[in-house]
Amino acid sequence: MTDATGPIVAADGRPLKASLSRALRREKLRAFLLILPLLAFVVISFIAPIFDMLFRSVQDDITSRTLPQTVVALNDWDYTGDARPSEQTYEALYFDMFMAAEAKKHTALGSRLNYETTGISSLFRQTGRGLDDVGEDVIEAMEDASAALDDSAFWAGLFLTDDRSAGDKAASARAWASTVSDQALSLPADVYLANAAEAALPNAARQYAAFAMFTHTVDEDVPAEEDPWEAVWIALAQDLTAGELAYDGPEAAELRAVQAAVAGPMADFTFTDAFLAQDDDWGEASVWGTIQTFSSPYTAGYFLTAIDLELTPDGAQAVEDDVAIYITLFWRTLWMSMTITFSCILLGYPIAWLMANLPDRSANLIMILVLLPFWTSLLVRTSAWKVLLQQQGVINDTLVWIGLVGDGSRLALINNATGTIIAMTHILLPFMILPLYSVMKGIPPSYLRAAKSLGATNWTAFWRVYFPQSVPGIGAGSILVFILSIGYYITPEIVGGTKGVFISNRIAYHISSSLNWGLAAALGTILLVVVLALYWAYDRIVGIDNVKLGG
Amino acid sequence: MKKSIILGTSAIVAVAGIAYADGHMASDMTLVSWGGAYQASQQNAYVAPYIANNEGVTAVWDESSSEAVAKLRAMNEAGNVTWDVVDVVAADAIRLCDEGLALEIDHDEMLADGDDGSSASDDFGDLIVSDCFIPQIVYSTTFGYRDDLVGDTPPTSVCDVYDLEAYPGMRSLERNPIANLEWALICDGVDIADVYDVLETEEGQDRAFAKMDTIKDNVIWWSAGADTPQLLADGEIVMGSTYNGRLFSLIEEQDQPVSMLWDWQMFDLDGWIIPAGLSPEREARALDFVRFATDTQRLADQAKYISYGPARQSSAPLVSTHETLGIEMAPHMPTDPANSVNTFLFNYEWWADYRDDLDAKFQAWLAQ
Amino acid sequence: MGLPPYATTGQRIWYYSFRVICGLILFFLIAPIITIIPLSFNAQDFFTFTPEMLRLDPAGYSLKHYRAFFGTEGSPGTGLIVGALLGLAVFAALYFWRGSRNVLPIIVGAALGLVIGKMWGIEGTEWMTPLKNSLKIAPVATLISVSLGTLAAIGLSQAHVPFRRAIMAILISPMIVPLIISAAGMYFFYSRIGLQGTYWGVVLSHAALGVPFVIITVTATLVGFDKSLTRAAANLGANPVTTFFRVQMPLILPGVISGGLFAFITSFDEVVVVLFVGSVGQQTLPWQMFTGLREQISPTILAAATVLISISVVLLVTLELLRRRSERLRGMTPG
Repeated sequence: MTDATGPIVAADGRPLKASLSRALRREKLRAFLLILPLLAFVVISFIAPIFDMLFRSVQDDITSRTLPQTVVALNDWDYTGDARPSEQTYEALYFDMFMAAEAKKHTALGSRLNYETTGISSLFRQTGRGLDDVGEDVIEAMEDASAALDDSAFWAGLFLTDDRSAGDKAASARAWASTVSDQALSLPADVYLANAAEAALPNAARQYAAFAMFTHTVDEDVPAEEDPWEAVWIALAQDLTAGELAYDGPEAAELRAVQAAVAGPMADFTFTDAFLAQDDDWGEASVWGTIQTFSSPYTAGYFLTAIDLELTPDGAQAVEDDVAIYITLFWRTLWMSMTITFSCILLGYPIAWLMANLPDRSANLIMILVLLPFWTSLLVRTSAWKVLLQQQGVINDTLVWIGLVGDGSRLALINNATGTIIAMTHILLPFMILPLYSVMKGIPPSYLRAAKSLGATNWTAFWRVYFPQSVPGIGAGSILVFILSIGYYITPEIVGGTKGVFISNRIAYHISSSLNWGLAAALGTILLVVVLALYWAYDRIVGIDNVKLGG
Repeated sequence: MKKSIILGTSAIVAVAGIAYADGHMASDMTLVSWGGAYQASQQNAYVAPYIANNEGVTAVWDESSSEAVAKLRAMNEAGNVTWDVVDVVAADAIRLCDEGLALEIDHDEMLADGDDGSSASDDFGDLIVSDCFIPQIVYSTTFGYRDDLVGDTPPTSVCDVYDLEAYPGMRSLERNPIANLEWALICDGVDIADVYDVLETEEGQDRAFAKMDTIKDNVIWWSAGADTPQLLADGEIVMGSTYNGRLFSLIEEQDQPVSMLWDWQMFDLDGWIIPAGLSPEREARALDFVRFATDTQRLADQAKYISYGPARQSSAPLVSTHETLGIEMAPHMPTDPANSVNTFLFNYEWWADYRDDLDAKFQAWLAQ
Repeated sequence: MGLPPYATTGQRIWYYSFRVICGLILFFLIAPIITIIPLSFNAQDFFTFTPEMLRLDPAGYSLKHYRAFFGTEGSPGTGLIVGALLGLAVFAALYFWRGSRNVLPIIVGAALGLVIGKMWGIEGTEWMTPLKNSLKIAPVATLISVSLGTLAAIGLSQAHVPFRRAIMAILISPMIVPLIISAAGMYFFYSRIGLQGTYWGVVLSHAALGVPFVIITVTATLVGFDKSLTRAAANLGANPVTTFFRVQMPLILPGVISGGLFAFITSFDEVVVVLFVGSVGQQTLPWQMFTGLREQISPTILAAATVLISISVVLLVTLELLRRRSERLRGMTPG
């Protein structure tokens, strides 16, 4: 081959190099197309849920969504000072809470904040109930001043118009009300918020718009036929006492009558006093501090709780000893999983060795004995262990009958760590035996014979020659068993009592009983990180392709 | 190869066949309850007669009441509520109502009047603890003990649970602070009227836990209603707390050597809620069912199958004998005067606040 | 590994004590199973060996839990007859068309007819409905994981796959991630996208859980696969589809079948994920067992378990016999 001939060409005249790389590209593409459906499937049905869970562990926008104006007003407040939040904050709280209570969102926020500060749950619930009574005197004075206010049509005439040029869709009120109620609210199709009223009575117009949208979208009623909320009345009273009334519509006369009447009651009215009358706790810095601390849409709070810290207005701090539990549970999960793994090695090794060294026919019989429990429902095996292990159970009965233990001193084998270890060792044993067996099957028996013929004792031959070659099997089995046991839930739940439960049981508890999903997600994320680290180690040491199941 | 094709094809045909067998569903109503004897009593007293009166309606049970709040939340988030009528304890009903997950009920309008002519709200009285809650039964959490393991002097007081000398052996208590902390304080000499005031303080909580420390090593903690009856039947425990209906079934129906200890039983309520956001037809059907299932006669009928007290005052005189055993049911009701000398009612409001905190403490205490 | 005749006493003792130890471990493995079987004939409603049972008094035993498990619904007899007749028709067709004397269609038809007849049209029964649900979910989930998994395993076995390790890690992850985490994630995510509480939600989640088993077993068979066979087929003019079905598939079939069995059992025995993702319409057998254990302990669960164990034993023994037969046919002498 000389340089003069140029690049080597394939049969079709293209350069061979290009042709080969094209073939390679096509092969890659084909392989990729074969993998793609499954990859997409697993990503959508499995990986996406996992990421969703990770997201939930930091997402915490319930405070900022339910009390948006309050959170903004609270920005300037300093927790460390003794001062209460400003009157503007209480005012914002009143309107946020009123809207939230109508949409029934305030108690969910109360439950959320109650995880952090005991008592907020009922504070929010009771305040939500009492909101209608806030400013009673003001509202009574208004009713006395003008009977027209009791007519829902009066309000609709004042604030709503069907003339597009004289009104708008109240975008800012809509954004606020939709955020608080967590629903897409809107005014009816041909109804607009009157510009004139909005300019003269900004607060009341905003509240009335929120009321009208909620009535239309959620209650599916006609706003003009419904009596407006108390919050609208209070907002109107605020507007009327703010200064001269710059409104000359048909309702102006009535409004002026009301304006004269509310001046007195409004002078005595503050939102701060109204909330303190509802509950003294509204004057507590701890309540406001909690709201402020959890007002950002993302939080590290759940993760801190998951490692026995708590997020306080002063920063992260260790929780008191009498509620610290998660670190204990994580350690327990780890050491019990290690114990289980070790028991599996201890029990699995002889069986795998026996199977690898027996003739196929007998080995397969043993294999059936190994696989049979593997194929039996996990729940059934666990409940069978319950029957076997309890104090009046089969094992204790047998021991008493033999005379090994006295009738009065039966062993406590269940509802503790022992129970969990025994039952889980049994359940996970096949996961140890199968990889061990497949490794041992590949160790030629001649090595052992050679070692012996060279003068090694049985023990030396085993320990120096056979055992090192079976270590990959032990490694594979151990990591598999360890990873599986660390996330176990059902078996510890049934036989573990209180000392034999894992972190998974706590996760399940927070999902289905305490409903603290954020904390469940944070605990799950930490567990997931541990497992993935092990998985990575496994891949490094054994190679994920080398996992074998049976045979 | 050919064989595997035959097998494969038959498998697909089989799946298709079974899937088809499921295809024709009538107007289904999904009722959610607790399973076991309780659900059976509802089936017998409410659902069977209702279906007999309403051609074409079928009922499917979902035994998910213990996860009702979590599941309804998820369904609501998914916008696909598959349940029609849900049996929940009062505390869950309050929670669901607070979160807007349950339909608000106008009791007088939507429920039947009592047989004695009283309006529904009068007939149920104080048991309507939430606007969404339709009361059904009064039950209690109380103790049962093994006759053959307590010697000659059977326990008479709840404080005997704390007496390891007179009654050695294991006990079972619920893995949950509710009722346990109250009992601990009562047995530590706190008056029932002060229990919650004491429990609000740090010292009071420590005091309750200290009392429970005295028997901690002798307690099996249960989480499912079936646990204590099974443990009693096995002779694993001397005494244990559970729901009174479970003990009735154990004693009278299963004939086990067990007796009731009614002292300081904790009353609780159980009833229906209807999920919010059902389609109008389903909502109407659910309301129709609930109206039927909570009338005076139906509530009294349920007591034929299980020893829970009907929630209507007007049902009490109608409580008769057990359906199969023929024994009088009234003396087995938790509300019977002989049984309710010392009782207290689950304090929903208080626990709503303190549950998170005390639960964390309780779990940490258990793990120590 | 027999004991040589010249073994010393020490070796003898070690040999026998090793056997005893292994026997004990094997006993440990099957102890729960042999406990379950007698308890399922308990005349009482508790998980307890009653004194009557221990005295072997017939009064202590009863079949009532089996009656409760099977119930009286459905029409297995009709199903059996219809299935057998259909099988007979297939048999006749094959006989006249190809002269096959294989009676398998009749047996399979009768067995399937029995099961379908038992399941047909029942609704809301305590045990048969969950069993039916399990039978509706597990095969479909298996089908999805086996078909997608086999293709992907073949793709992964090609020489030049970019990001092979990462892809493999993603595909195996459903087996590695703790079930409670998968369950929680799916619960939250499927709620958002409206799959929570639906049939397809459960099927998809179970299919995802079964994928790793298929990938692992099929990849393992493909490691020993001779690539020149597909090239030879291509050389001889077969298109890729034909090559796949006629050359590659029969050779990797054992791996596919065992992966499928694992995927099936994963779905059939899975309780954590279905508890969260499913609703009553998808209540599977393990779910029913779980609620049974929690809410009302009844030995009917043990009767169900005994039935399932018997099926597993029959399956395992059949597989073993088939394996021996195929080895004999291939001229290999087992053992």
